Amino acid sequence: MKKVIKYVVIDILRNKIMIAYTLFLLALSFSIFGLEDNSAKGLLGLLNIILIIVPLVSLVFSTIYIYNSIEFIELLVSQPLQRKTIWFSLFTGLALSMSFAFIIGAGIPVLLFQPDITGFIMILIGLLLSIIFVSIALLATVKTRDKAKGIGVAILLWLYFSILFDGLILFLVFQFSDYPIEKIMVGVSMLNPIDLGRILILLKMDVSALMGYTGAIFNDFFGTRTGMGISFLVLLCWMIIPLIISIKNFNHKDL
Amino acid sequence: MIIATTVSKSFGKLKALNDFSVTCNKGECVALIGPNGSGKTTFIKTILGMVVCDSGFITFNGINIKNNWQYRSQIGYMPQIGRYPENMTIGQVLEMMKDLRKTSKQDILDEDLIEQFELNMLMHKRMRTLSGGTKQKVSAALAFLFNPTVLILDEPTAGLDPVSSEKLKEKIIKEKKKGKLILISSHILSELDDLVTQVIYMQEGSLCFHKTIEQLKVDTGEEKLAKAIAQVMLQ
Repeated sequence: MKKVIKYVVIDILRNKIMIAYTLFLLALSFSIFGLEDNSAKGLLGLLNIILIIVPLVSLVFSTIYIYNSIEFIELLVSQPLQRKTIWFSLFTGLALSMSFAFIIGAGIPVLLFQPDITGFIMILIGLLLSIIFVSIALLATVKTRDKAKGIGVAILLWLYFSILFDGLILFLVFQFSDYPIEKIMVGVSMLNPIDLGRILILLKMDVSALMGYTGAIFNDFFGTRTGMGISFLVLLCWMIIPLIISIKNFNHKDL
Repeated sequence: MIIATTVSKSFGKLKALNDFSVTCNKGECVALIGPNGSGKTTFIKTILGMVVCDSGFITFNGINIKNNWQYRSQIGYMPQIGRYPENMTIGQVLEMMKDLRKTSKQDILDEDLIEQFELNMLMHKRMRTLSGGTKQKVSAALAFLFNPTVLILDEPTAGLDPVSSEKLKEKIIKEKKKGKLILISSHILSELDDLVTQVIYMQEGSLCFHKTIEQLKVDTGEEKLAKAIAQVMLQ
């Protein structure tokens, strides 16, 4: 297994996109922290960009990478290797490269400018999101044989998680504004890892006061240790469940 | 050695394999013959576990291949169209396969074909720049590299120049003499004449017949395999 992971990582590094992504994150982080005199404000600005960019790159790059390594996968499947091992190695290789790029590109600047618990949680969320979207990408690729369709699905998924989901939430809030739906909102926010990540960081930044009554309810739940624990558990589920489903699918896939 | 029992596989509406049963033993050299789309490649891929059959099962040395993978270390597979990671060089692909497959240092590698095909001169070339024939050479070299007990060759000589295809044939005969099981699917029947001991004829995913070559020649009254098969097809 280690050998396969090694070849996947070497292959990803050879293709220079990962390095470009790292440099881009690095430039972005430094310029945002450089523009704001208050590093907490800088962190907030960085957060908004990272929550858009990290899932997009993670999802689209992983999808295209898997489609492009179809030859590699075919070659490995006919060798004495378990299919589970091959798929899991692809996942690990991608997750490692994505995490590594994020740590260098955004982790280091955050630790330099905001070395506290908020910064730390921000890095953790970024890492989790990188891995979650690799896992979702694997699920999308294993389900669709056609490359163009698969990449389309990946982009639609990203649109859904970053934009559509928020629209749906706003719709819900307006439609049911007469009812006490704040508690339900806590549950609904679990359905989107990006939102969950955003809430977790915002609450750590003491800007929850700006979010009014909903913010107070969120703080009641996510501010507690159990709330935090549950949210991280949900994020882990977002990582593991798509991966398990994709491994099951890959085991039966005809190549 | 390889026993397929009522294997069926369909791709959508198309039945690629239909209750296909066959037994291949050690020391045999089996030719898989049949028209295009008769399920030869699908059968080969099910043996390798690249295609998962809908019903029926295949055993390799008495072990069901389903959910098993160790058995593939005894198989050398040469695909019909070799597809390799495009930005790797030949050398890197060979090194990678050695790294992935070699279990101990004592394993002797069979680099005969690498020398015969003069692949050493091309080691630094990227896979995407190779011609179809050179890719076939790499596939062949990889199939023989690990001294497998079973060789599965899917149209091995298609795309090879006459000299190389002759070299490959010699190599196959050499391995056959060592008592290995060799499965060849091919359309060039004249080439199979001095190679094979058995013939499996498939049509629309079903087994038409499985005979020794002597039996086939007696039954059809023809000396050459090509003519014998032509006779069968006309009937």
